[in-house]
Amino acid sequence: MMTNDLGRAMLLAVQRDLTLAWRRWDDVAQPILFYVVVTTLFPLATTPDLAQLRSIAAGIVWVAALLASMLTLEALFRTDVDDGSMEQWVLSGQPLGWLLLAKVAAHWLLTGLPLVLLSPLLAAALGLPREAWGTMLLSLALGTAALSQLGGIGAALTVSVRRGNVLLSLLVLPLAMPLLIFGARAVGLAVDGLSPAGPLELLAAIFFLTLSLGPLAMAAAIRIGVES
Amino acid sequence: MWTWLHKLASPPHAFRLLDRMAPWFGVAACALILIGAYWGLVEAPADYQQGDGFRILYVHAPAAWLSLSIYVVMAAAAAIGLIWRIKLAHAAAAASAPVGAAFTFLALATGSIWGKPMWGTWWVWDARLTSELILLFLYLGYLAFRASFDDVQRADRASAILAIVGVINVPIIHYSVEWWTTLHQPASVTRFAKPTIALSMLIPLFIMLAGYQLYFVWVLCRRLQGEILRRERSATWLTSVEGAA
Repeated sequence: MMTNDLGRAMLLAVQRDLTLAWRRWDDVAQPILFYVVVTTLFPLATTPDLAQLRSIAAGIVWVAALLASMLTLEALFRTDVDDGSMEQWVLSGQPLGWLLLAKVAAHWLLTGLPLVLLSPLLAAALGLPREAWGTMLLSLALGTAALSQLGGIGAALTVSVRRGNVLLSLLVLPLAMPLLIFGARAVGLAVDGLSPAGPLELLAAIFFLTLSLGPLAMAAAIRIGVES
Repeated sequence: MWTWLHKLASPPHAFRLLDRMAPWFGVAACALILIGAYWGLVEAPADYQQGDGFRILYVHAPAAWLSLSIYVVMAAAAAIGLIWRIKLAHAAAAASAPVGAAFTFLALATGSIWGKPMWGTWWVWDARLTSELILLFLYLGYLAFRASFDDVQRADRASAILAIVGVINVPIIHYSVEWWTTLHQPASVTRFAKPTIALSMLIPLFIMLAGYQLYFVWVLCRRLQGEILRRERSATWLTSVEGAA
């Protein structure tokens, strides 16, 4: 019955985080607003010409999504470690990696998914052709999901570091660069009317790699952060 | 065999062994680098295409090789420290990170100086230069992360995980950057970055590489000694070393 218990524990973890987010919805809304504001900066800084914006739209959307995801990472495990519930998880007898995976999944539902769902609006504003939207949604969904895992490792590592927010971005952004390359390139290919299958498959490969190894690294890092 | 290993991992024994080995590595490194530099900068023929400008290769290429292999050495030492809980391995990882960062910076600087006469600009978004730059970010992140801890033990174990995650990512970053530049740049640049090389130019390159590697080992010995001193500053065996020296 162990697996059943684990499934329930994971479900409860996701439910708990969603409930908490529902009660403090402004924390969820802020990064999404940030995403829109940062995207607005690029036309202001470069050109209002849609034809020129179209050529860099994929990069803009991806960079803005990366930066917006960075903002929420620090809070991923911090409150749980501070109030002691993480210690209970470590001691609970359930595999810690799976529980953390549930937490990261809830985090993605709250921060990654809204970014993905909002991106067609920004894409339209940047003149991205309608044919590329599907690719953009898929690449952002895979990319933000992989980023949640990578960011989860960073958040678990910096959990015992005071004011580790800038440090966390410094650690995670270089690791996330391949995601940016493949994601923006996939959208770029779709804009040019070419098949984006190659970079999308590479993105999916990175996603599964982070999905399989990420929880192990997160669990090891949390154990170091909690025991003292 | 095992007792020998355990003896090796004990700080006092390791400290004395490092002290005895370091000068030999130092002399050998200096000799090889001097020979390689003279051979490469004076004796080797000038390149028919790049003239004397190619000679910066003898400083650049070994630094680039080492920047990557030191990261692997660092991650391996960190993994050994994490798995078998050997403090000395953690100390070795901590000692090698700044050296690796320095070699990465040297490779970037010389690469950019090389680029000025060859490409006409100081910086090109070339695959090798870009992945070297990201490697520098990884090193700097590791150093900043390690510095943010007060407790040495916790810093050791947490940064070990970071180094292992980093070393898994290094090939992904390298190949993604390579893929990125081949899609955006004409092939002439990539062919340019991978020149076929004559034997008379290759031998001094290998001498320089061996010299750089020995230099790294030498510096690592000395830095590791410093790291041991810092970590064991309250231990009793240190006073006996001080008395002997």
